[in-house]
Amino acid sequence: MHYQVDSWGYYMPRMSMGSDPMERVAKLASESAVVIFSLSSCCMCHAVKRLFCGLGVNPTVYELDQDPRGKDMEAALMRLLGNSQAVPVVFIGGKLIGAMDRVMASHINGTLVPLLKEAGALWL
Amino acid sequence: MNSPSTEFTRRMAIYEQFNQISRLGDAFNCGDSPNTGSSAIVEVDVGLENKAGYISCDQVEPSRSDQETNKPDDKTQRRLAQNREAARKSRIRKKAYVQELESSRLKLAQLEQELERTRQQGIYISSASDSGYFGLSGTVNPGISAFELEYGHWVEVQDKQTCELRNALQAHTTDIELQILVESGLNHYCNLFRIKAEAAKADVFYLNSGLWRTSAERFFHWIGGFRPSELLNVVMLHIEPLTDQQQLEVCHLRQSAQQAEDALSQGIDKLQHNLAQNVASDFSWGNYRAQMAVATDILEALEGFVNQADHLREQTLLQMVRVLTTHQAARALLALGEYFHRLRALSSLWAAHPR
Repeated sequence: MHYQVDSWGYYMPRMSMGSDPMERVAKLASESAVVIFSLSSCCMCHAVKRLFCGLGVNPTVYELDQDPRGKDMEAALMRLLGNSQAVPVVFIGGKLIGAMDRVMASHINGTLVPLLKEAGALWL
Repeated sequence: MNSPSTEFTRRMAIYEQFNQISRLGDAFNCGDSPNTGSSAIVEVDVGLENKAGYISCDQVEPSRSDQETNKPDDKTQRRLAQNREAARKSRIRKKAYVQELESSRLKLAQLEQELERTRQQGIYISSASDSGYFGLSGTVNPGISAFELEYGHWVEVQDKQTCELRNALQAHTTDIELQILVESGLNHYCNLFRIKAEAAKADVFYLNSGLWRTSAERFFHWIGGFRPSELLNVVMLHIEPLTDQQQLEVCHLRQSAQQAEDALSQGIDKLQHNLAQNVASDFSWGNYRAQMAVATDILEALEGFVNQADHLREQTLLQMVRVLTTHQAARALLALGEYFHRLRALSSLWAAHPR
């Protein structure tokens, strides 16, 4: 963290690019075909990971409790979803799919697999 | 009024009265409601008053015409009119009272049945789980009692809807009418998931245990209800013929449901594992409170799983209806309704099964 005194005389921390939690989330989400934000203790996160593995997909998982900026990212995800539960959250091809219920609804109505194929996470 | 003939008539009328009342009393004694005794007594009182009023009215009519030649007395006329009025009011009151008694009797029988059922389940619950379920005062969780009543009502409505579907399909009604029945069937299932979500907030273990279902249904229990993939298997026996496209879509749906079920099952297994690890790892007393706090956090996740399982059931149902024609969807819902009905009937038969 880099402190700089500006003309009004109070300390204002200079933000380095990408440390805005939501920006970081978006950045990480666009780096892989399937991205899951999770907590290592969360069992619903375990369920969603098992779902993708069962489909033959290899998701990139970020355990927020093991990330130094994890708390901020959790708060940002909670605001994004409008939910008391920050995780699990799934991104496919950089686009937000949502929490467990959206993922399951999308799998049942047949839209999940085409999305995965489009993102290059699934072949055949 | 004072002639000997009227006196005789009146005595005869009173004799008739007693016969009537004893017959009425017998009619009431056939019920096993504790109200029977007092009701019969009151019935007699009302009867006497009524009969007396009626008889006097009847008795008086002929004598009035007799007296027509000797100027009708104004006072007498007014009194007779009042008597008739009183008799009429009395008959109306009696009718209303009897109706009220009848419906109270029915309600009491119903409540006794409910109480017996709740009591039996209560005994089962308190023997199976920790004794603190009912607390020292033996009170029941009101959210769960409400759920049981609502669920009982839900089952009644479902049986009715199943009959309606069966009749409509046999009568070859129009697709528009079938569509209405299909939609109300789907709404009814959505209602079930809604009341289950409320019950999960009240006591998720109760909901997850399946104690609110009949024994045969409970045999197939998976996270608070049926497996959606198994229900699709039931439906697939009754919706032939399917187009190739439909065949493909239904198979995909069943496979997706199975994959989602497996994921949720693995999630719950992890939950069990975490809880067991937490409770078993440290038996020291110093850490007790912290351990229990973590254990409670772990348990809270169970509600999420029950809700996701119901969400899966709902989505599978909706997708199934989307894939099928109206006529096929009606047959599918009928198949489900029949299946549940027969499992419940099997449970009752089994309970009465000689051993």
